[in-house]
Amino acid sequence: MIQYIIRRLLAAIPTLLVISFVIFAILDLAPSDPTGNLPMTVPSEVREKIRTSLGLDQPMHIRYYKWLVQFVVNEPLNILQHSFGVTVGDAENRTRILSWATRSPVIDLIVERTPQTLWVVGLSFLFGILIAIPIGIVQAYRQYSLFDQIGTFVAMLGFSVPTFFTGVVAIIVFSVQLKWFPMIYDTTLEITSWNNFVLQVKQMIMPVTVLAFYQASQLSRFMRAAILDNLNLDYVRTARSKGRSESAVLMIHVLRNSLIPIVTLIALGIPTIFGGAIITEQIFRVNGLGQLLIIAIEGADIPTVQTLTFLFAILIVLFNLIADVLYGMLDPRIRYD
Amino acid sequence: MNTQTTSIDPAVIDTEHRSMWTDVWRQFRKHKGALVGVFVFAFIVIAVFVGPPIHGVDPNAIDFRARNLGPEWAHPLGTDNIGHDTLAQMLAGGQVSLAVGLSAALIALILGTLIGVLAGFVKSLDGPLMRLTDVFLSLPLLPLLLVSIMLFRDTLRAAFGPETGIFLLIVGLIGVTSWMHTARIVRGDVLSIKEREFVTAAYSIGTRRYRIVFRHILPNILSPIMVSATLGIANAIITESALSFLGLGFPPDFPTWGRLLYDGTNFIQITPSRVIWPGVFIALTVLSVNYIGDGLRDALDPRLRGR
Repeated sequence: MIQYIIRRLLAAIPTLLVISFVIFAILDLAPSDPTGNLPMTVPSEVREKIRTSLGLDQPMHIRYYKWLVQFVVNEPLNILQHSFGVTVGDAENRTRILSWATRSPVIDLIVERTPQTLWVVGLSFLFGILIAIPIGIVQAYRQYSLFDQIGTFVAMLGFSVPTFFTGVVAIIVFSVQLKWFPMIYDTTLEITSWNNFVLQVKQMIMPVTVLAFYQASQLSRFMRAAILDNLNLDYVRTARSKGRSESAVLMIHVLRNSLIPIVTLIALGIPTIFGGAIITEQIFRVNGLGQLLIIAIEGADIPTVQTLTFLFAILIVLFNLIADVLYGMLDPRIRYD
Repeated sequence: MNTQTTSIDPAVIDTEHRSMWTDVWRQFRKHKGALVGVFVFAFIVIAVFVGPPIHGVDPNAIDFRARNLGPEWAHPLGTDNIGHDTLAQMLAGGQVSLAVGLSAALIALILGTLIGVLAGFVKSLDGPLMRLTDVFLSLPLLPLLLVSIMLFRDTLRAAFGPETGIFLLIVGLIGVTSWMHTARIVRGDVLSIKEREFVTAAYSIGTRRYRIVFRHILPNILSPIMVSATLGIANAIITESALSFLGLGFPPDFPTWGRLLYDGTNFIQITPSRVIWPGVFIALTVLSVNYIGDGLRDALDPRLRGR
């Protein structure tokens, strides 16, 4: 197994290199100029200086190499230094990826905004899982019952209606009409008292519910299918014939086997927490990673966009690997050697 | 002359010619959701393309005396903040949304089938093409779509005009980034079908390779291709409206349902209907297409058909 993980990690390196180059090249070859938004009165020699200060006078492959070294070597070393106090090499002269818009290190911006994303989107992912699993179990156990039919329809609805519509409808109903929850997510709110805690919960209810509903509708379909696949297998009949109670058959024998594909699906879904948050954060004005990306795109802040996009790509590749490894660990029929 | 037809005995009628497609249609009719989906989707398509001449209002006509109106006889769905007729805009937006969905799904379908067949049929291409698919699956697509639209919008606008340029850009980008699942499914099916006896038989009588692909392999993998094409339409419509919702899709004077929804969100306190209508139509279209896909999957599965 360890051999397999190492082999996969090594195989991920060229994939990530290709992806990083694609991301860098798309942004770099595009006909856009960071000095394009400056006033017309700025003379061309000043523009040239600005371009030099941004490092744009160097050829592309050198800038790609520099960016990659900053991303892969310098920034991890910085994180190591800040979190554990371990200093490796020359910490003073280490160059960092700087945002063109704020002139501050991109990683700092990302670290600043990650908690909001994790709280809102991560929590909804968790709730989605917790809702989807029991619903899927009951649906499969009572296949073609009224509950199953309603559940299938609601799942189809949740799967088809985009979150930017359910979210806006939730705002119309619960903020504009009923005035129960605030329309805009206030990230400056600090939880210092019970009142502030209630406010925080109130402003989280809508985004979390909307996203959780979307996640649950996708997962419950898979959960139902996974249980149905297992219900008619021989081992279930064996468990019943040796006199185990129906609940034990379902909750111990069937559930454990059905969860194998679900666990991998969940692992594959985790990177979408970060990428898919873009739309939800835009609806409810949560200033998380998704909003950072949108702002950076609109402001043509190329280094921020490159770094964020590559970070998303790393997460996808990493969780693909984790999903495969989990599958091998949970299902003894699969051996990777 | 007619005496002959009346004298045919019932056993002969039973063995009338039943093609695969009549069987598929029989099974498809049994799926109520899919049938409703076909009617809803047909209704939306007809309304969007036949509606504008009947309604007869220019979607871009501005009337400042009729701002933020509720539903009334002249404006059945009301008007927006500068007096555009919402129904006319909905119909015009629907044309673009559906056109984007259908053409992007078509591009993804052609690319996916081409890459899947090549990978499954040509052994030396299998490795590289599947690695390419893996790389595409690992790309964070929404961020890349947003970035590419921002970067290439102006160039394409200058080259093809403001409307065609952005249409080509969005359709092309969605198509190029959503072929991977089709390619994987097609490759798997091609791999299993090309080892069957009838393919060997075709080889043995000297059939050329491209004829084997077109006559023997493609017809046999038609059902997964059709299902993923249907689901691709739903996916493309959602992606386009998500892009427009983030402000990086179609411009406001060339609206789609997603763009109308995005423009409406700033006025949800005054005219919530401006958000509701586009959203309902996006949802209905995607829901009906998904149901059609579901029904097709059941109807095209020979293990389920005929039961």
